Amino acid sequence: MDIQQNYFSFLGLPESYNIDLQALSARYRELQKTLHPDRFAHLSEREKRMSVQYTAYLNEAVTTLKSPLGRAQYLLHLNGIDTISDASVKLEPAFLFEQMELRDDLEDIKAQVSPEKALGLFMDKVTGQLLEYQQAFSDCFDVRDAASLKTATAIVRKMQFMVKLQKEIELVENELD
Amino acid sequence: MALLQIAEPGQSSLPHQHRLAVGIDLGTTNSLVATVRSGEAVTLPDHEGRHLLPSVVRYVSEDEVVVGAAAREYASSDAYNTIVSVKRLMGRGIKDVAAFGEVLPYEFEEDQGGMPFIKTIAGAKSPVEVSADILKVLVQRAEESLKGDLVGAVITVPAYFDDAQRQATKDAATLANINVLRLLSEPTAAAVAYGLDQKDEGVILVYDLGGGTFDVSVLRLTKGVFEVLATGGDSALGGDDFDRALAEWLAAQTGAATAMTAALSRQLMEQAREAKEQLTAEDNACINLQIDGKEVSVDVSKTQFDELISVLVDKTVRACKRVIRDAGLSLDDVQDIVMVGGSTRVPLVRERVAALFGRPLHVDIDPDRVVAIGAAIQADVLAGNKPDSEMLLLDVIPLSLGLETMGGLVEKVIHRNTSIPVARAQEFTTFQDGQTAMAVHILQGERELVEDCRSLARFVLQGIPPMVAGAAKIRVTFQVDADGLLNVEAKELSTGIESSIQVKPSYGLSDGQIADMLKASYSSAEEDKEKRFLREQKVDADRLISALEQAIVIDGQALLTADERKELESEIDLLKEVKAGSEAREIELGVERLAKVSDEFASRRMDLNIQRALQGHSIQEIEEIT
Repeated sequence: MDIQQNYFSFLGLPESYNIDLQALSARYRELQKTLHPDRFAHLSEREKRMSVQYTAYLNEAVTTLKSPLGRAQYLLHLNGIDTISDASVKLEPAFLFEQMELRDDLEDIKAQVSPEKALGLFMDKVTGQLLEYQQAFSDCFDVRDAASLKTATAIVRKMQFMVKLQKEIELVENELD
Repeated sequence: MALLQIAEPGQSSLPHQHRLAVGIDLGTTNSLVATVRSGEAVTLPDHEGRHLLPSVVRYVSEDEVVVGAAAREYASSDAYNTIVSVKRLMGRGIKDVAAFGEVLPYEFEEDQGGMPFIKTIAGAKSPVEVSADILKVLVQRAEESLKGDLVGAVITVPAYFDDAQRQATKDAATLANINVLRLLSEPTAAAVAYGLDQKDEGVILVYDLGGGTFDVSVLRLTKGVFEVLATGGDSALGGDDFDRALAEWLAAQTGAATAMTAALSRQLMEQAREAKEQLTAEDNACINLQIDGKEVSVDVSKTQFDELISVLVDKTVRACKRVIRDAGLSLDDVQDIVMVGGSTRVPLVRERVAALFGRPLHVDIDPDRVVAIGAAIQADVLAGNKPDSEMLLLDVIPLSLGLETMGGLVEKVIHRNTSIPVARAQEFTTFQDGQTAMAVHILQGERELVEDCRSLARFVLQGIPPMVAGAAKIRVTFQVDADGLLNVEAKELSTGIESSIQVKPSYGLSDGQIADMLKASYSSAEEDKEKRFLREQKVDADRLISALEQAIVIDGQALLTADERKELESEIDLLKEVKAGSEAREIELGVERLAKVSDEFASRRMDLNIQRALQGHSIQEIEEIT
């Protein structure tokens, strides 16, 4: 059954970090038209159940591959590296120090009277940094030998920090209203 | 194989047959049923030509139920036995009901699950049963009008309905013997009624002002995907408040305020409502009252009325602004405004909303019927009457789902606005040596603390083999189907022992309770039930056989070996034989058997369909390039 295939082949995409996100969306819609439970609503329980399984798998696949972090983690997972529950990779102190500084910056911005503009700029900075990590991951992953996979794993850990920071910024933004 | 036919547009297995399906708007104040007839979606009237069925149920005696206008007349004189606005009780616990902050005229009694049962002359009735009584009347109306059995119904629910409320609605349908094709959110249905799903993309605001409730929803449409971005409103604001404002003014004008009686108050409200309706088309209305046996007549102008309700209408306008802000959008982003609910006929409402957006509103479809009409359009597609239809309403989950973790915190497993259906698993472990059970508490909501979220269900996973703390692996799987309904399973994995449990929400009915209620409703017509069951099994068998035969013609060559094909064909013949008899249970077993032996073929076709869907894409893309 296709449902056991990996997300990339399920969606007919090359197994790579640089995927065409528009093609991903287009394939998502095409497959929804084929698989969605609404297409099976008038049919028997067995068919409906199958359709729910397939569609849930499709939703999961697309959600994972759409997210820059999720896609990176999934590619490592396919190579036998678990970055979701295993956090044993050691990061260099310089990076951790930088993270602390960024968090201090966010606290300072929060304390401002009207932090909207500063918050926007800070978000741009974090997003920019994340994009750099994405590029670095892509370069590393394409080599695919043991050493570069190890580097890629460390980059994913760094991405996790940045994504978390992005979420914190969003929270602050939501509280502004 | 039935699932295969839809992959072949235009090739229905039973081309001559139009499957009867309806859309049902199960409303707080009124309910409606609609269907697509000769290509047009229409609501269905009762024998007296009335389309709206007041959502009022009166239990007259042990075995007499009256639904609709005839029941509404007794709302005050027989308040204990006459249930109004039952929708507000759906999926709610007795504590929620107490927290409504108003006195409901019913006597409640609590069942073990904390579900409020209303004491009536016909016994204790759950909100689910009361809703089922409304649904039964609508289905009967539809079957009489369409002259046949329904294959199913699309039932609408408010966009903000949580899992417990959706489940309660679906249970009511089960109790009314309705096959639910889909629970559809009301604003999405309204947007479909206006054909907005045909647009490529856009932001739609649905303004729904009913008799007693006001809902506003912002939807985003992206290539056929409807996503509810935000909802808001006021559960205690509606057209009835317009009537009250006018009635109070009338009382002051006529001096009736000093000599108010219950009868006079009712008369004032009644007259106010009539005047309001008159003022939608005219500039003046004349109101005649009987006060102390004297005829009193008062003129009211539209300007006067507008002044009285202005504060209320402004409240709804502010709610619109708030919801748009919640959605992270601005007023200019909204391209379509759909007006729903009888109270949107009031000219001032339309003026103010149109002024807010600076755009014309969608008001061409009767605002009382628009939700039912949208539901009927989708029901027609889901019943399989339109194999070529491209319409696909994808939905998201309105509220996050999670589990209670240490310290009374909620860990989210599925976040709000996730596309459904979805399945997600999370693994947990034991925290004490020798622990053999684990409590699982499922919650819905956005807040972090357990007490701020809605408790959906609790259960205890028993039979975990005793091990050291942290050695057991318990996987909790959440599955949400296309209707937004949740199933939770918990399994212990480390030893291969699997305990799993299906969860029904708190304040819901258990499957056993539903079965008992169904049985009770059948007992008077046991024979009918058997006949109906036999007929249903035959229809099921026919459906499976004809679809499978067709599938073999289309893909048998490519996907089946000669032996496999032979086996399938002989199994089909076997079911045909059984079907000719009159043993319903035998036919049911036969259908199961044939379904099972054709499972593999079904999977292969599903995979082939996926490849075709993807290939279609590549070809299209190549064409775009060249």
